[in-house]
Amino acid sequence: MEQTSAALTSGPVVHLRGAVALLGRFPALAGVDLDIDARRIVLLRGANGAGKTTLLRTLAGLVPVAGGDAVVLGVDLVADPRPVRHRVGMLGHATGLYDELTVGDNVRFWARAAGANPTDVEQALSRLGLDGRLRSVAVGRLSAGQRRRTSLACLIARRPELWLLDEPHAGLDQEGRDLVDALVREAVSAGATVVLSSHELDRSLQLADTVVTIAGGIVRPDSILPADQIDGGAR
Amino acid sequence: MIHDALLIAGKDLRLELRSRVALNQVLPFALLVLVLFAFALDPDKSVLTEATPGLYWIAVLFSALLALQRSFAIESTDGNRDALRLSGLDPAGIFLGKVLAVSVQLVVLEALLGVGVVVLYTSRIDGWVLLAVTSVIATASIAAAGTLYGVVAAGLRVRETLLPLLLLPVLAPVLIGSTRAFEAALNGSPSEGWPWVGLMSIFASLYVVAGIFGFGPLLEES
Repeated sequence: MEQTSAALTSGPVVHLRGAVALLGRFPALAGVDLDIDARRIVLLRGANGAGKTTLLRTLAGLVPVAGGDAVVLGVDLVADPRPVRHRVGMLGHATGLYDELTVGDNVRFWARAAGANPTDVEQALSRLGLDGRLRSVAVGRLSAGQRRRTSLACLIARRPELWLLDEPHAGLDQEGRDLVDALVREAVSAGATVVLSSHELDRSLQLADTVVTIAGGIVRPDSILPADQIDGGAR
Repeated sequence: MIHDALLIAGKDLRLELRSRVALNQVLPFALLVLVLFAFALDPDKSVLTEATPGLYWIAVLFSALLALQRSFAIESTDGNRDALRLSGLDPAGIFLGKVLAVSVQLVVLEALLGVGVVVLYTSRIDGWVLLAVTSVIATASIAAAGTLYGVVAAGLRVRETLLPLLLLPVLAPVLIGSTRAFEAALNGSPSEGWPWVGLMSIFASLYVVAGIFGFGPLLEES
């Protein structure tokens, strides 16, 4: 995997101070203090509804920041979040795929939208094991795991600087989960930064450098710990 | 912007080729509207012939609503709207791409409906140049205004009913202009039709410009 420009970004990739984000009138993020340096793998953990997904969407520039400071990849999200969007890759619960198009069509479309070249598309399809028969199968006919792989192929073909993964292991078999972990490590060694949320703590703790606990939409400095200080953390 | 527009148009047209929604649902609907008009007005053939341009464009407008709703329905499933926002595509390019894709579908539909009009209403077709130019300009007007209002309605639960309520009154000048231009062409007096084409050109230009600048903020809000 080629070096991404994130590695060249000076300062933290993510810098949040008292960040507040509203969903309607509800403060889904009620004060987040968080710094993430380049090439880190950060695990977000918290109960359902704690604000993990909202935090990931906020970092992607999809949820407006209503208060506090928020800078991602050098882009001030409070002023205008749009410039950061094409530099992040988000894998959420929804796949962002078109059911009637084939796997190859989908990956090609999203890669071309991000300015990637045909080689990136071929490499992504090959890396995810989608370059054979599956390439010409309509996405609507795929299993949940195969759809997930296709989404991942779209993501890696775009070569994002910041990966935002919401439950990336969900719906995947053992081989698929191992592949996700390998892709994350490859991305980081190429210069990208990864923030992921997962309920599979054992697996994710093996992957992460840092663990951030979010509760009630709040992240405080003391809820950020190195992964090896958490039970189950290997590093 | 042009690259992004062609990318979106290509994707939307490929989706249509694979799903054949326009072919299997919109076209039969449009033909059905024509047949029903023929049933309703058949006792008086002269009225039917006289009303042909208006009936044709009403059928096109109703069909355009389905095509426009489809154009945004494909972006409403499985996080596609968020994926579009994250893609880095220029919103103006997305707008123009959607206008182009809807226009291509409508032009094909209009050609097939034209055949239906000749067969069902036994109308003679004259003034080909005026008919063709009117079709192109009216189609661009419908697609541009429809795409702009389509994105307004797209994020709402009542989008299926809201879009016709928003769009049909706005498209009244296009309906009037295209009907008058068609009447002029079919009556053998094309010079009376060109001012209407001019009026529709202004309408189309206004909505294309409004879409280029307004589609992005509306996509954010929808």
